Amino acid sequence: MMALLKIEIFKIFKRPRTYIAFSVIALIIILIQIALKFGGDEYKELMLSGTGNSFEEIPTKTILNGYLICFIILNLLLIHVPILVALIAGDAVAGEANMGTLRLLASKPVSRIQLLLVKFTASVIYTLILLIWVAVLALFGSMALFGVDWLSIPRELQLNVMESDDVLWRYALAFCFAAIGLICVAALAFMLSVFSDNSIGPIVTTVCVIIVFTILTQLQIPFYDETIKPYLFTTHMLGWKGFFYVKGVDGVTEKGSIENFSSIIKSAAILIGYTAAFLGIAFWYFKRKNILS
Amino acid sequence: MKRFFLIIITWLSISQISAQTPEELINKITAKLEKVNDYTAKGKLKTNVVFIKAPIASVKVYYKKPDKMKIINEKGISFIPKGSVNINLAKFLSAAGNYEIVDAGKEAGTGLRILKLLPSDENSDIVLSTLYIDEKAELVKKAKNTTRDNGTYELEMSYGKYASFGLPDKVIFSFNTKDYKLPKGVTFDYDDGAEKKSDDSLKNKKGKVEITYSEYLINKGVDDAIFN
Repeated sequence: MMALLKIEIFKIFKRPRTYIAFSVIALIIILIQIALKFGGDEYKELMLSGTGNSFEEIPTKTILNGYLICFIILNLLLIHVPILVALIAGDAVAGEANMGTLRLLASKPVSRIQLLLVKFTASVIYTLILLIWVAVLALFGSMALFGVDWLSIPRELQLNVMESDDVLWRYALAFCFAAIGLICVAALAFMLSVFSDNSIGPIVTTVCVIIVFTILTQLQIPFYDETIKPYLFTTHMLGWKGFFYVKGVDGVTEKGSIENFSSIIKSAAILIGYTAAFLGIAFWYFKRKNILS
Repeated sequence: MKRFFLIIITWLSISQISAQTPEELINKITAKLEKVNDYTAKGKLKTNVVFIKAPIASVKVYYKKPDKMKIINEKGISFIPKGSVNINLAKFLSAAGNYEIVDAGKEAGTGLRILKLLPSDENSDIVLSTLYIDEKAELVKKAKNTTRDNGTYELEMSYGKYASFGLPDKVIFSFNTKDYKLPKGVTFDYDDGAEKKSDDSLKNKKGKVEITYSEYLINKGVDDAIFN
């Protein structure tokens, strides 16, 4: 199993397109950092526009510190990273079928379940490395470039502020949660990959599902709020933000608090449930699949 | 006989206080504040606004005669309401310039003397100021100010060891907040199931900022560059 896993990981990281994802992420993060370094005033004004100009001006460099820059980057990027995850996970099985090597692989002295497990584990490892890459550039890169200070999180109807020594543990948990979300996307792409003999299909289908579900998640239509949104995995993928929503007493932030931790756990459980369902279907189908290529 | 003299002395003292004209009272308060040429004060700033959750911030407050004042964060981010720079009475009385004083009697319950100050300068930012004064201590305990640009705000002051300079240990600044809302398309909020406050509950609410001073450095000199 380990030997097979090493081979699968080698295959992923041998392909040049794997590094396109890393390069694209680095490029996007650096472009956002440059934009906020030189044009941060406009973003700060947008962020504080909700306060209705009631307060004295807060210096841009104080509010736009490394912690907030990382939050902004993750806010923008975590919608797009799933697409990059789908590029690899969607190709895991369908790519082999497309190249005509799946039959050869299936003839090895490992069960089909083991083969799928190895392929999915390799996709998960790729996903985690991609997420670590995001964390290094977005969090530590921004901390180095912009310094650290208190973190202000703008929400639709409130502004949450937390002390700088109350932030890093939130990011650690947020990245762990993001990993659960991205693994769910990888499982979806992987499941679709099992059904197809061409990797374009599962990749495009996964991307389309993410786009449609994300639009539905963000739509402000009360009918969808109650009926569809609670069941979309994209709704729960935003759960990483819950670690930055704090409790307050008389307007004062409770240090170390999370507004609704049980809701985050529920979202994580739903994502894990989706992942298990996608993998279950993939294993069930692949076990019975007539491999012709 | 002893009791008679005691009553006479008490009556004379009381009549002496109540005999103070509004101008005399304001002059005494101003004279007290005039003793302070400048100060630097360390304090803790607490924001209590319906749409903000923020930790208590450490601030440094600088004042220099006649009307320079600045609040600087020592650590963190603090939300200082516009107009709150008038939390210093000397600055406020100086900013009001020439004014007419109207005696509005005493506040029921507290016995604080109420004086209304109407600035004679038509361009003054402060339109009307109502001071609630502890006559005996010659200290302003409360002030309600109506301004042209920053709405109406209230000040409540508690005094301690710096009362002889007319400087409070604690100031509570109350002001009207505007409604807070950002587009959901910008924030991409996560619905964590927490009870959502209705838009109406966030509108036209009173916000409060409390500054609790821990230390004043009075008349030790303050560099002008701080106010730039």
